[in-house]
Formats: sequence, C-alpha cells, structure tokens
Amino acid sequence: MNPRLAQKIAHAVMLTATLLVVLPVLVILVIIVAKGASAISWDFLFSMPRDGMTAGGIFPAILGTLYLVLGAILFAVPLGVLAAVYLVEYSSDNWFSRLVKLSIVNLAGVPSVVYGLFGLGIFVTFFRFGASILSGSLTLGIMILPVIITSAREALESVPRHFRVVSLSLGASRWQTIRHSVLPHALPGILTGMILGLGRAAGETAPILFTVAAFYLPRLPHSVFDQTMALPYHLYVISTQVPGIAENVRYGTALVLLSLVLLLNLAAILVRSRFRGKKKW
Amino acid sequence: MVKPTAKFSIRGLSVHYGRHCVLRDLNLDIQANEIFTVIGPANSGKSTFLNCLNRLVDLVSASRCSGEIRLDGIDIRGGMEVEALRRKVGIVFALPLPLPLSIYENIVYGMRMQGIRDATLLDEAVERSLRESYLWEEVKDRLRTAAMNLSGGQQQRLCMARILAGRPDVLLFDEPTSGLDPISTAKIEETMMVLKEKYTIVLVTNNVAQAARVGDRTAFFLMGEMVELSDTSKLFTAPADSRTSDYITGKFG
Repeated sequence: MNPRLAQKIAHAVMLTATLLVVLPVLVILVIIVAKGASAISWDFLFSMPRDGMTAGGIFPAILGTLYLVLGAILFAVPLGVLAAVYLVEYSSDNWFSRLVKLSIVNLAGVPSVVYGLFGLGIFVTFFRFGASILSGSLTLGIMILPVIITSAREALESVPRHFRVVSLSLGASRWQTIRHSVLPHALPGILTGMILGLGRAAGETAPILFTVAAFYLPRLPHSVFDQTMALPYHLYVISTQVPGIAENVRYGTALVLLSLVLLLNLAAILVRSRFRGKKKW
Repeated sequence: MVKPTAKFSIRGLSVHYGRHCVLRDLNLDIQANEIFTVIGPANSGKSTFLNCLNRLVDLVSASRCSGEIRLDGIDIRGGMEVEALRRKVGIVFALPLPLPLSIYENIVYGMRMQGIRDATLLDEAVERSLRESYLWEEVKDRLRTAAMNLSGGQQQRLCMARILAGRPDVLLFDEPTSGLDPISTAKIEETMMVLKEKYTIVLVTNNVAQAARVGDRTAFFLMGEMVELSDTSKLFTAPADSRTSDYITGKFG
C-alpha cells in the first residue's frame, strides 16, 4: 500500500477511536444536565427530604457523602503514604516486601461489594461501631488504600536517586533525606493518588450499603457513630426502590453527585498545582 | 603501625557486590594535605574505593565490605556515626548534581540538617565556601536563584562549596571534570591545588593527564586490585609494573 495512504488511514482510525472514547462522557454529561438541571435549586440542595423523598431536598445525602469522603481520606492517605514511604525508602527487596506489594495489587482487584461485606463483618459487627459514618469511612478508606499506596509509590520512585545520594553524602540522616529531599518532590504525585481515591470514595455504593447508608433519614448526623444518607445510595433508592419520584429529581441528584466529585477533584488539583508551582528558590 | 600523618589508613579492604568481587585486599595510607589520585580503566574499582571512604558504598544493596578503614586513627565503621563521617569526608560526583534549591540553600543544606539555624553563621559559611571554590564573584548577587541555572562548571564548583561549608577534613572527587569543558576543568584543577593546603584530597579520574598534573601520589587500579602506588612523577616516568606503563601510554583502557 502507498505509505502516504496508509498514514492517512492510520490517522483516521486513531482519531475515530479517540472521539469514540470522548463520546460517552459527553453524552452522559449532556443527558444528566438536560434532564436534571431543572431540579437544581437552593431548596433542593440545602433542605431535608420530605414526604418519603418525593419532595424536599437532598441535603443530608450531600453532607453524608462529604463526611464519608473526608473520613476515608483522613484514614487512607496517612496510612497509605507512610506504607509507601516504607516500601520505597526502607524495605529491601525480600519475601516480605514482595508479599506486601502482592497483597496491595490484590486489594485493588477486590470487588467493591466484597469491601461492603468486609466492613459489615469487621467494623459494624466485630468492633461494634454499628452502621455509622465511622464504619463507612473506614470501609471506603480500605477500598481506596491501593490507589493511594500505588500512586505514592510511583511518585516516590520517580524522585531521582541522586537527590538521595547527594543528601546523604552531605551528612543528612535517612529520615532527613526523605523529609527534605524526597517527599517534597513526590507530593504532587501523592496528591494525584488522593484525587483518584477521592473520586472513587464519593461514587461507590456497595461499600456503604451495609456499613452506613440510611434509606431515608431526614435529619443530619450528630456524630461519627450516626447513620447518614449518602448520594450514591440515595440515587439508587430513588431510581429503583421508591415509585413516583420525578425524573428531574433523579437526574438532579446524579448531577449533584457528579458536580461534587468534580468540585472535590478541582480543589485537589488546585492544591497540587500550588505545590508544583511552589519552587523553593 | 599507623603513621602519625596518615589521614586515612586502609588495611585489608575488600568489597563484594553479591558474589562479584570489586575490590580485593587493599592496603594503603593517604597522607594529610596530599592529593592522592587513583587512575584505572572502567570497572577497576576506583569509584567503589572512593565510596568506601565515606560509606556511600552502604547504599548499594548486597554490598559487603571487609577490612578496616581508619580516619585519624578512628575506625569509620565502629568509631563514629555515619552522618559525622560524611560531614568530615565530603564528595564531589562525576556529574554536577545540585539539589533543586537555590544556590544559597544548596550550600547550607548540610548545616541545616545538623540543626544550625543561626542566619549569620549560615551567611558566613556561604561566603567563605564560595570564595574557597572561586565562585563567589560570579554568584554573589544571585544567591537566591536556582542552582540549576548555573553552567556545568559553576555547578561543579557549587558542589565543592557545598561540602566546604561543612568544614570537612577530606575532599573526595569522583571524576569531577568528566562532563566539563577544558576551561572549567582547568579552574577545578587550580582550585584543588589551592585546597590541598587545608584539606586532604582523594581524586579518582579516568583522565591520566589530570592525575599527572595535580596528583602528589598516584595509585593504579586494575580489576579491583591496586597494581602500583608511588609518587606521581615516578609512576608516570618509571612505572614499576608493565600493566601500569601499558595503561598510561594508552595501550588499553
């Protein structure tokens, strides 16, 4: 075949594939916005649901999801980053570190509903936290741990080796080297992992199903031992379990969930770019 | 017996990486205030030897050292903290490797890690060490700018200033001019000649002519063994071993 023609065909095929990837995203966005935007109002966002969820707002679900995401991040980020630092900077390549890395990979492959059952068994029943924000946050936190650890490991490994060698050669201790010459350069990558984890924690339904999510609870939680409504589960409930909910309310809820995740991501991205821009010279 | 003027005395030093032997039974003394140069082809163990002197060799996983190295009579493994050793024995690497910080912060990095916060002390150390490495005039007006923006030769002199700031005893140079142009190289060599008045210098180089220019004594390493050690002038004019003469006349390497 004529190489110029082959080049053109290859280009066209790849462009089509790229467009096909973008298409579903656009369609989802357009449909959700078109069908849901009319439901969005101050009242919808900031008031309690009424009349068996057929009227009123979704405020408890919004707040509940925010609490759960925050809890999951607070639990998973410190734990995951510390584990990643240990794996990259301290452990040598032996059977133990290989076992840990293998279990992290496997943890990432566990279906989310299994995390839900695990959370029910451990946090709700065994530790007697009950169905509560604490149980839900911890379950979500364990679910996003692999994402956090993996991206933090990659971020740490991408810091050039000579930063460490130079720092050590100047008489810095190992921890000083990590603290001053490694972690600052890995921070943007670590935050990327946090963003990914955040999005997953906000959107998952199965892990919170047995551990925290309330079917219908028109009041705000008082403590971490309270149950709460949450957006993904609320969306499932009003879409399939309760008849007679207006379509724009369902799509409006989806729109809120989507916007919330985007907003959280945006905030994290802004923080990250600040760290990237913050050169110490 | 350790001679009183020996800065480093090395006895029976062997290094293995895994099963591979990179240094075999090394015995030598490095005198105070000399420039001790080590020449040899690639994989002769000369960089490993240098990394033993400040224990950077410990960073190589699966490395094993045996034998004994004494600095001023003190065993560098049993007798002192590794951080203290590395402050006393600074190293300049083959490539200029400034940290991604300002010129100023690069120089005070080691002092900050020691917990020194006094601004006048830090300022003094910056000026003193930059003067000692002949960089002060070129950078005194832009100490807070990125060290990465300096030229290669300037970066390498910054790396010298960085170790001088910590008031070391010994300076190790690991092929410090291999990435530099002839003028920058000449500047580094001149600086070394001045610095040996105050410091002991160990220079590893694959530039035989450089060893001849600056070295007081020169050792020739080959495949992990020291073939010959003598005064530089003698080694280059009348080498005792035929392998040495083959190497310095360019028959291999």
